[in-house]
Amino acid sequence: MAAIKVHGSPLSTATQRVLACLYEKGVDFQFVSINMAAGEHKSDNFLALNPFGQVPAFEDGDLKLFESRAITHYVAHEYADKGTQLLIPGSNKEAAVLTLWQEVEAQQFNSPSSTLAWELFYKPFFGTATDAAKVEENETKLGKVLDVYETRLSQSRYLASDYFTLADLYHLPNIQCLLATSAKKLLESRPHVNAWVKEITARPAWSKVLAMQKQ
Amino acid sequence: MATPVKVHGPPLSTAVSRVLACLIEKDVPFQLIPVNMAKGEHKSPDFLKIQPFGQVPAFQDEAISLFESRAICRYVCEKYAEKGNKGLYGTNPLAKASIDQWVEAEGQSFNPPSSVLVFQLAFAPRMKLKQDESLISQNETKLEKVLEVYEKRLGESRFLAGDEFSLADLSHLPNAHYLVTATDRGEMFTSKKNVGRWWGEISSRDSWKKVVDMQKQST
Repeated sequence: MAAIKVHGSPLSTATQRVLACLYEKGVDFQFVSINMAAGEHKSDNFLALNPFGQVPAFEDGDLKLFESRAITHYVAHEYADKGTQLLIPGSNKEAAVLTLWQEVEAQQFNSPSSTLAWELFYKPFFGTATDAAKVEENETKLGKVLDVYETRLSQSRYLASDYFTLADLYHLPNIQCLLATSAKKLLESRPHVNAWVKEITARPAWSKVLAMQKQ
Repeated sequence: MATPVKVHGPPLSTAVSRVLACLIEKDVPFQLIPVNMAKGEHKSPDFLKIQPFGQVPAFQDEAISLFESRAICRYVCEKYAEKGNKGLYGTNPLAKASIDQWVEAEGQSFNPPSSVLVFQLAFAPRMKLKQDESLISQNETKLEKVLEVYEKRLGESRFLAGDEFSLADLSHLPNAHYLVTATDRGEMFTSKKNVGRWWGEISSRDSWKKVVDMQKQST
């Protein structure tokens, strides 16, 4: 039985972030589906794995972790010699560029893109009304962030380097949601962002994550 | 020789003070370069070259230019691993994973509601801006839920990531400091047994006291 377990939902963007990383690294894992509709993520059992009552939670032998970006960071280091190289080995300077763009995703991209995904993708799915004012506000915010990305991606093939790394991977779940909504225009209207989106969403490991949603 | 490490930004900024606390914990000398935000210097073309989002801090060390306070802190801890507080970012991969987890919790769960409250309750009145009561109320509720998780965790563990003070605790200092000392919501921290005990410990570290001094001197 695999030492690695991921507890989560294939529909959760944070869970998908971890799954994408595990598929890129080609490491075996067991997926434990958490029934969020039934409130399983708030059960005492689950709270022992993630005290915030959020998915995903992660185990590797005795190690227990939560927060998708901490989990993926651990996996990328622990299994550095397996599968896709998701880190930038070498000097502190080069590694720092990766850390920088990981933080940019977490602090600049995540909030407006998550809000848009919630309003335009998840709410219709759950049959709740979209808040048009929130959509407009967050499209403006995300647009400004993507302007910075457009400049960056005109100088660098991927965000942190000339090859795909964790920094690019972090963006996949929210990008996939946005592509299924009217907000995709924000990505498609910026040529370098658009080319980058097409490349990263076409990765085989990402297709495996999407296939899990259909099960 | 000029000090290679430069931090651009005002010490009153929470993100800038996060970096300053880390540099002082690690005993890394640095030069603080003022950025006149009232005059919009952080949106000037020169500043946008070192921080394309037009925010503080920006950071330079020898040939590297960085931004995002938590990325800067991680870089400082890795580059200067043997200086100052050697355990700040853990001394083995498992310790580091636990610290990463709680730095992410700070960034994803603690920071958003606490930042709103710091702005609304500490900065807006001083800037003569109207406060948004509904925003305050929503974010108090969110922050309270986060602090309940912390109360339980800090009953099991002396610091967030383990028995030693780490980058995870440090990351919380800037926002918590303003909430406790510059607003009337400090009780959210001080009235909780474990969170109160933790706050007392981390805020009385020499490194944080030095940052607070720098903040006072800058006004």
